[in-house]
Amino acid sequence: MTGTALYDIPGPHARRRHRLYGLLASVAIAALVGWVVYLLVDTGQFAARKWRPFEYVGIQEMLLRGLGNTLRAFGYAAVLSLILGGLLAAGRLSDHRPLRWAATVIVEFFRAMPVLVMIFFVFVALKVQPLPALVTGLTLYNGSVLAEVFRTGVDSVERGQREAAYALGMHKTQVMTYVLVPQAVRAMLPTIISQLVVALKDTSLGFLITYEEFLHAGKLIAGNLDYGLPFIPVVMIISPVYIGMCMLLSWLATWVAKRQRRSVKTEAVEVAPAEPGTLLPGPAGHHPQP
Amino acid sequence: MNVLTDNLSLYGKGLLGTVELTVYGSLLALVLGFLMASFRVAPVASLRAFGTAWVTVLRNTPLTLLFFAVVLGLPRFGVVLPFQLFAVLALGCYTSAFICEAVRSGINTVPTGQGEAARSLGMTFGQTLGTVILPQAFRSVIPPIGSTLIALAKNSAIAGSFSVTELLGTYKTLNELGYGIIWTFVWIAVGYLIVTLTISAVFNVLEKRWGVAR
Repeated sequence: MTGTALYDIPGPHARRRHRLYGLLASVAIAALVGWVVYLLVDTGQFAARKWRPFEYVGIQEMLLRGLGNTLRAFGYAAVLSLILGGLLAAGRLSDHRPLRWAATVIVEFFRAMPVLVMIFFVFVALKVQPLPALVTGLTLYNGSVLAEVFRTGVDSVERGQREAAYALGMHKTQVMTYVLVPQAVRAMLPTIISQLVVALKDTSLGFLITYEEFLHAGKLIAGNLDYGLPFIPVVMIISPVYIGMCMLLSWLATWVAKRQRRSVKTEAVEVAPAEPGTLLPGPAGHHPQP
Repeated sequence: MNVLTDNLSLYGKGLLGTVELTVYGSLLALVLGFLMASFRVAPVASLRAFGTAWVTVLRNTPLTLLFFAVVLGLPRFGVVLPFQLFAVLALGCYTSAFICEAVRSGINTVPTGQGEAARSLGMTFGQTLGTVILPQAFRSVIPPIGSTLIALAKNSAIAGSFSVTELLGTYKTLNELGYGIIWTFVWIAVGYLIVTLTISAVFNVLEKRWGVAR
């Protein structure tokens, strides 16, 4: 490990010791994995009967339909929360005090509420279909978080950019749209994408309000007595797909971030930790809220 | 208004359930998170790999799926525990991945020179870690850990749908009793605000006392 305050570069003696530790740790981890595999085999999770349902075209189609519904909810929620985030950020950056206050209250309230409470509220109290309820809940929450991301982004554009733009005689809308926002969005793109990962993960909450998404399809298969209640096989099929999709998006965020470190277009934006929010301590904009 | 006064004990039980889930989940998450963070900065490659795998998998798993796997999957292995314990397990493991990342980035913010200076003064590994590096790392991880634990409190709402008594789950009973659904949710929202604002206040105090002056 280079670049950490914890250790020096190891000498021959320490290297030998580390190799020994490494061997012991590998054995322990291998034993743990082996034990889990033994448990899986021992409880008959690899029995052909439990895996047979996945051979049927109908069930494969059901899973794919579920996956499609998950992606549809994610698509709607992503687009709408980006729009809502933009509007709320504009409100928070407004020169008009009532507008600013209203936006602040909305953002802070929805960031402090569990997404599930909003989803249930829309679903139960307003008696809406599962998909709109899910999308509304996700939009309100992620929109509020994204509003903070946008705002900190605009605030962290170097002051000289804003001053120069005003000095050229631009009015506020022009300063925002031509100078500050393009730089801020570029610098904030990785954070925005990481927040979209949160939205993607949270689409699985639709399962709890009977939206027929991926996990719901899995539950239908898992509860089937004919195949011996294949819960574990279903989890083994479903989780790699979810984890894969989220990792792909996270990887995109890291890739964008890496590219930007070399880009001149984001030079003027110092992505430093933002001021602690009024409600949540710490730089909320930079830690995607799980 | 009388939704609250008539059902104070029901709301109280729900709030208590949420607080219990939050406290136990936080403890598990902090212990596991620190453990995994120490794995991730260890000089031993296989421990690093294990820590990385733990964080990558759990950070990219939807919490609902984790609940599904733990609450409905573990009994298939013959592990039968109370639902609340399952919920704490799922919440704690999920959140530990985020705590681990916060702690690790905290350790990485300590400049290399600090450790080098401590070692050149002849301090042992334990002394370097205990009196030089961890105190500095701890100060910079207070805010991110605070927001992670607030997220845990909010995520505990999912447990209600897996037969655990907690705040959001109370809506079902009240709905059946025929109370106005809007007010029911208003008081649930107030309950969550109390929990999240309390955590936020605690961490603001910690941050004021020990945080890094910015």
